[in-house]
Amino acid sequence: MSNFGDYEDRIKNFSWSVSEQELGYQPGQPINIGACCSDRICQQGKGDKIALIWEGFSGEKKTYTYNDLRRYANTFASFLTRSGLKAGDRVCLFMDRIPELYIGFVGILKTGAIAQPLFSAFGEDSLFVRLENAQTSAIFTQKKHVSKVRKIREKLPHLQHIFIVDYDGKSPLQEREEAFSMEGLGGVEDYEVYPTYAESPSVLHYTSGTTGMPKGVQHVHYSLISQYLTAKWVLDLRDDDIYWCTADPGWVTGTSYGIIAPFALGVTQCVLDSGFSAEAWYKFIEKNKVTVWYSAPTAIRSLMKAGDEIIKKYDLSSLRHLASVGEPLNPEAVNWSIRVFGKPFHDTYWQTETGCILITNFPGMPVKPGSMGRPFPGITATVLNPNNYEPYPQPGKIGLIGIKPGWPSMMRGYWQNEDAYKNKFRNGWYLTGDRARLDSDGYFWFVGRDDDIINTGGHLVSPFEVESALLEHPAVAESAVVSKPDPINMEVVKAFVTLKPGYSPSKDMELDIMNFIRKRLSPLAMPQEIEFVELLPKTRSGKIMRRILHAKEWGEEIGDTSTLENE
Amino acid sequence: MDELKEVIKNYVSNEYLEPDSDPIDYDTPLISGGIVDSFSMVSLKRFLENKYHIQIPDDKATPEAFDSVNKIAELVKEFVKG
Repeated sequence: MSNFGDYEDRIKNFSWSVSEQELGYQPGQPINIGACCSDRICQQGKGDKIALIWEGFSGEKKTYTYNDLRRYANTFASFLTRSGLKAGDRVCLFMDRIPELYIGFVGILKTGAIAQPLFSAFGEDSLFVRLENAQTSAIFTQKKHVSKVRKIREKLPHLQHIFIVDYDGKSPLQEREEAFSMEGLGGVEDYEVYPTYAESPSVLHYTSGTTGMPKGVQHVHYSLISQYLTAKWVLDLRDDDIYWCTADPGWVTGTSYGIIAPFALGVTQCVLDSGFSAEAWYKFIEKNKVTVWYSAPTAIRSLMKAGDEIIKKYDLSSLRHLASVGEPLNPEAVNWSIRVFGKPFHDTYWQTETGCILITNFPGMPVKPGSMGRPFPGITATVLNPNNYEPYPQPGKIGLIGIKPGWPSMMRGYWQNEDAYKNKFRNGWYLTGDRARLDSDGYFWFVGRDDDIINTGGHLVSPFEVESALLEHPAVAESAVVSKPDPINMEVVKAFVTLKPGYSPSKDMELDIMNFIRKRLSPLAMPQEIEFVELLPKTRSGKIMRRILHAKEWGEEIGDTSTLENE
Repeated sequence: MDELKEVIKNYVSNEYLEPDSDPIDYDTPLISGGIVDSFSMVSLKRFLENKYHIQIPDDKATPEAFDSVNKIAELVKEFVKG
C-alpha cells in the first residue's frame, strides 16, 4: 500500500492542513524551512539518523546525521550573521554537489536570507546576469569555480562577500574573498533561527525567459507545505527509505526534492557528485541500497542506451519506487523500466514556478505510459482554449495547461519583474507555457511548449539568451536559435548563423563558436550544431522568424510565410 | 601515441579546466570527475573529428570512452587510418 492510497478518497475534502498538521505548523506562527529540515527532525529524536550520504567521483564518502546537519547548518548561519548578512539578503550557492551545498542551503534559510542556488557549470555571463539581477550580497563557491566570479566581481558592487569553502592557501585570497571551512569551524550547537513567516521569501531560482533575460522565481517558506506532502504521496517517501534524487540543486528539483522535502520528512538521502555513467549509477544504487529513485528522462534514455547486459552485473533489488521529472517521459522508457527493474518510472510534471509536483502518475495506481498523470489533490489543472483561456468542455482537445493559483509553493513573483509575473495569468489561470490534452480518464498528455524555450535534458534554455551571446562572438553577424530533436536529450540547441565579412564558414569556426557559448553561458546552452547561412528568414519589419527554422528542424509544416521579407 | 595524448590533454586543459583547477594527467577521470559533461562532450568529439579527420559514431562516443585522456586516445586510434 502506498502512502497515497486511493485517488478518489484523497481528493475528497482535501486540505493542505494535512501537511500543516504533520509539520506542526500553526497558521500565523513562524515557519522556517531550514529549522523544519534540521532542528525539528532532531527534536523528534532522530538526531542520530543519517540525513546525507555523500560520495565523490573518486569514491570518497562522507555521512552526516541529522544532528550533524543541524549543527553544520548552524555553522553556516552563524558565520553569515557574523559577516553582517541579514534576512532578505540574497546568498548564492555556486558549487558542485558537495555536502556544503546541501547543508549551506539549510543554513542560509535559518538566517532568513534568501538562498540562490546556481548551477556550477554556468559560465561567467550566465552567472553575471543572475547575480546582478538579484543584487546578490554573498556567494559560496569552490576554488575551482572562483575564477568565474573573479572575472565579473568588478561589475557587481552588491557582491560584498565571496566565501571559498575549500580554500587551501596555495594562492592568496583576493578582494572580498574569505575562506570558509564548514568542518574546520566545527558544528555550532545553538543558533537562534530567524522568525520567518509563511510569506517570507526563501529561495530564488532562475529560469529562462522566451524574449528576455532569465527571471528570478521567488518562493516563500510556506512552499514547504506542498513540497513535504507531494514528496510523501508522490515519491512515496517513508521513514526507512534510502532516497536518491539525481538532480543538481542548481535547478528546482534539486532543492524542492533534493534538499527540502527529504530532509523535512527525516529521510536518509544519498548524493553522487559525479558525471553520468551507467556503471557508476548502478553501482551507487547497489552500494547504498537505494529504495526510491527520482531521476530524469534524459538519464533514463542514457541508461537504456548503455544496454540491459550491464544491469545484470548489479543487485538493484532494493529499488522500490521510481519517478522522473524534467521533460515528458516516453512510453518506451516506462516499458523498459518495467522490463529491467520490474517497476515503472512514474512521470511527475511541474516547473520552477510551481515549486512542487502538480500532475503525476501516482504510486499504487496504474501508470499510463507516456502520460503525465493526474493532478495532485488540491491542484486544479485543466486544458485551456488558447483563444479565450476557457477550459475545453470536453477532453481530447490540445490546449494550454492552466492551473488555478493558490497552492502553497506557487511562486510569489519574478524578482523585480512584476509585468512578467502578471503575464503568466489569464482569466484566473496560471499559464504554464506547456500544451497538452486531457483524456477521458482525467490523465494529461504532454504535447509541447507554447513558446520558443528549448527543453534540453530537462533544462530550459532561452533562445534569446543564446542569440545575445552569439552576437558577442567576433565572427557572428546575426543568429537564430531553435531546438532540434535529439534521441537522448529530447531537444538540443541548434544555431543558424550568418558571418561578418572576412569570416568564412568552416568546421573549426563551428567549434570555436560552440566553445564560446559553452564558456560564456553553459554547456547546456552550447549549440550542438551550427548551420552557416547567407540569410536568416525575417519579417518585413526585420524580425527573425524562428518558427520557420524550427519547423524545418522538426519536419513540420512551415505555415504562413506571407510576412517573410525574402519570400 | 604519446603525441596524441598530449594533444588531447592540452586541449582538455585549455578548454575545459578553470584556471585554478588541479592539472590533469592521462588517467584523470574527465566525465565522472565532472570536468567534461555530456553536453560538453559534443564539442570535444567535434575537436577530435576535425583535428584527425575522422568520424566517431555516436554509439562509440560514450561517457566511458571519453572518461580519460588514455581512453580517448584509444578511441581515436581506432578511427585514424594508417
